[in-house]
Amino acid sequence: MFLKGIKRKFSEPGEEPVSSGEQAPATSPAASRTLSSSYSLQRQSLLDMSLIKLQLCHMLVEPNLCRSVLIANTVRQIQEEMTQDGTWQMMTQALAAAQCPADRLVATEVLCRQTDAATQAGQSPKPVSVVGLEEGYHSEEVVMESDVETEAIMSTLSPASPQMSSASYLAGPFGMGPCWDEEEEDGDCEEDEEEDSEDCVSEGEEADEDHLSADSRTGEKVFGTFEIKHPVPPPDPGLEELFSDVDPSYYDLDTVLTGTPKMGPYDLLESLSSHGPTALSSSSSCRSDLNELDHIMEIIVGS
Amino acid sequence: MGEDTDTAPTLNHHGFLPDHNYVTEADIISTVEFNHTGELLATGDKGGRVVIFQREPESKNDPFSQGEYNVYSTFQSHEPEFDYLKSLEIEEKINKIRWLPQQNAAHFLLSTNDKTIKLWKVSERDKRPEGYNLKDEEGRIKDVSTVTSLQVPVLKPMDLMVEVSPRRVFANAHTYHINSISVNSDYETYMSADDLRINLWHLDITDRSFNIVDIKPANMEDLTEVITASEFHPHHCNLFVYSSSKGTLRLCDMREAALCDKHSKLFEEPEDPSARSFFSEIISSVSDVKFSHSGRYLLTRDYLTAKVWDLNMESKPLETYQVHDYLRSKLCSLYENDCIFDKFECAWNGSDSVIMTGAYNNFFRMFDRNTKRDVTLEASRESSKPRAVLKPRRVCAAGGKRRKDDISVDSLDFTKKILHTAWHPTENIIAIAATNNLYIFQDKLNSEMH
Repeated sequence: MFLKGIKRKFSEPGEEPVSSGEQAPATSPAASRTLSSSYSLQRQSLLDMSLIKLQLCHMLVEPNLCRSVLIANTVRQIQEEMTQDGTWQMMTQALAAAQCPADRLVATEVLCRQTDAATQAGQSPKPVSVVGLEEGYHSEEVVMESDVETEAIMSTLSPASPQMSSASYLAGPFGMGPCWDEEEEDGDCEEDEEEDSEDCVSEGEEADEDHLSADSRTGEKVFGTFEIKHPVPPPDPGLEELFSDVDPSYYDLDTVLTGTPKMGPYDLLESLSSHGPTALSSSSSCRSDLNELDHIMEIIVGS
Repeated sequence: MGEDTDTAPTLNHHGFLPDHNYVTEADIISTVEFNHTGELLATGDKGGRVVIFQREPESKNDPFSQGEYNVYSTFQSHEPEFDYLKSLEIEEKINKIRWLPQQNAAHFLLSTNDKTIKLWKVSERDKRPEGYNLKDEEGRIKDVSTVTSLQVPVLKPMDLMVEVSPRRVFANAHTYHINSISVNSDYETYMSADDLRINLWHLDITDRSFNIVDIKPANMEDLTEVITASEFHPHHCNLFVYSSSKGTLRLCDMREAALCDKHSKLFEEPEDPSARSFFSEIISSVSDVKFSHSGRYLLTRDYLTAKVWDLNMESKPLETYQVHDYLRSKLCSLYENDCIFDKFECAWNGSDSVIMTGAYNNFFRMFDRNTKRDVTLEASRESSKPRAVLKPRRVCAAGGKRRKDDISVDSLDFTKKILHTAWHPTENIIAIAATNNLYIFQDKLNSEMH
């Protein structure tokens, strides 16, 4: 799980489980000390699950607004609680500590769905079947080229299972946004629009722990949006507008027609979108993808 | 789809699908509704079709044939559509059917999918005119020169034909998915509710509707609550109730204001802080609300309970019935597989003394409000042959002490859910929709309500 990964990398005393709670946490007050690690694991897993569910709302048929609202409320609730007990602050600080240019590059690679192994093998991940993910991670239906570990993540239902590795946390930030943002980083996503969302999730799952720090950085931006009511407009508003009509269904016609950029805690993709394009320029491996993206966009726009 | 008949279950014998009953998605029943006399029963399915069953008249000769329901008419109500602006499909699934009270020989019903409501006229034809002068029996125009005498056409009996025709189409009034429709007691108006708005229609006017409730926030990112169900009061044409995803009920009076955003009464049970979890809000979301026949009570269904409210007491429900409390410890798994979002309906019996609602594993539950007794029954081919008495079922905790025929919580089949049930308006006859099968159960011993 994410917290364990953080522990390994940064060894913050605050992350130690309750049993060794005699140590004073480095940053946060006593609240985090009393938080049992299994509860926070469960909570984290619930948060990840909820974020994925929100993202998977993008299907051919208009998603159920009631369900989306309930899931979004759950996410907000978890975030509020995490803010209150200081876990939030700790996590964002840990993520902030992880920042460095190299991480950005790695993050970009992850966003481009090119894991080290996959790149070497010259393959791209197979699209995951829609049914598989829809049914809540039943591993039988998930077809992935990734290693067993990933499948274990997908099939694990118990939130406190130790099998959940850090990669499952990645499912959170990258599973969040609608697929169109992935397209900005990697034109390959265009292959199959319906399966894009699944690709995004599978990408998150596939990234191994080396990408943790980078993902943490992106994750920070993601969680940051919970508090940002009006985020900075993305650097490429043209791109935004073009894809703004792929919004979740609960944006009404007004928003769609005026092309106002997506905002708000619902769309956790905000952060990704605001950082995706800049990430692109820092990675040569994605330049070709950008050209592909241009080509595909031309087709869409019909110019 | 059809009434349960005495056929051997063959679905389990498919060579390549040994563990699953292969169900065509379009056949999944999505709504069930008796008409006001109970003579007709309508079902709608995911494929946009409506099937109407009619109760056979009682026969003194064969007591067993009395009151059985047979197919009366089948028609395609809604077709799949495509919203070009949003690039999304509009499902043809029938969300709700509501009958109009009968005013002449024909029957009328409203059926709705996510976006469009239609008024259908169901009429019988059992006579036809014969003996035209200018047309022959097949309807071909006769050569005038062959007509030598004139006759008056007479009506001759013919085989009964049921004709269904669309009389009104109420479209383009809902941005969000319609979840309820309710006919007003004035028999002139009805309302349709989607996730954020409720509109009032006149049955004769299709190009205009009045918005009476709008809970859409100015900024959609502030959206935290949606409308889940709504219904008119059975006697007071100015009162209606709507429920929300936060577990509240709002009784509104249309005489107070044109836009009923301000409620007359707000029914909400205070939360038990000791039972709070991340799923508290989700399981408190009301999936169905029904006025009692008397109009004095409200019945609501949330994920784990069914509650009876007194219209005069807003602070808490009058009665709370645990439908399947054994799921409370499994909420995380049910959240993961989305079952926690299942919307179960509920129903009153004719005398408002018994309430009924569905559950998983094809179980449905009935609670007697007077005796406080409850029963769990199963709707399945294997466990019920026609005219056999249903056996009460019991769910026990995993590893708990088990009687024969008990089923453990872990063995429940969550794909077999009874979301839609209906109770005959006056008699002890119930209709249960189990995926693509319709079960009709009658209580022969206690036909009269008490």
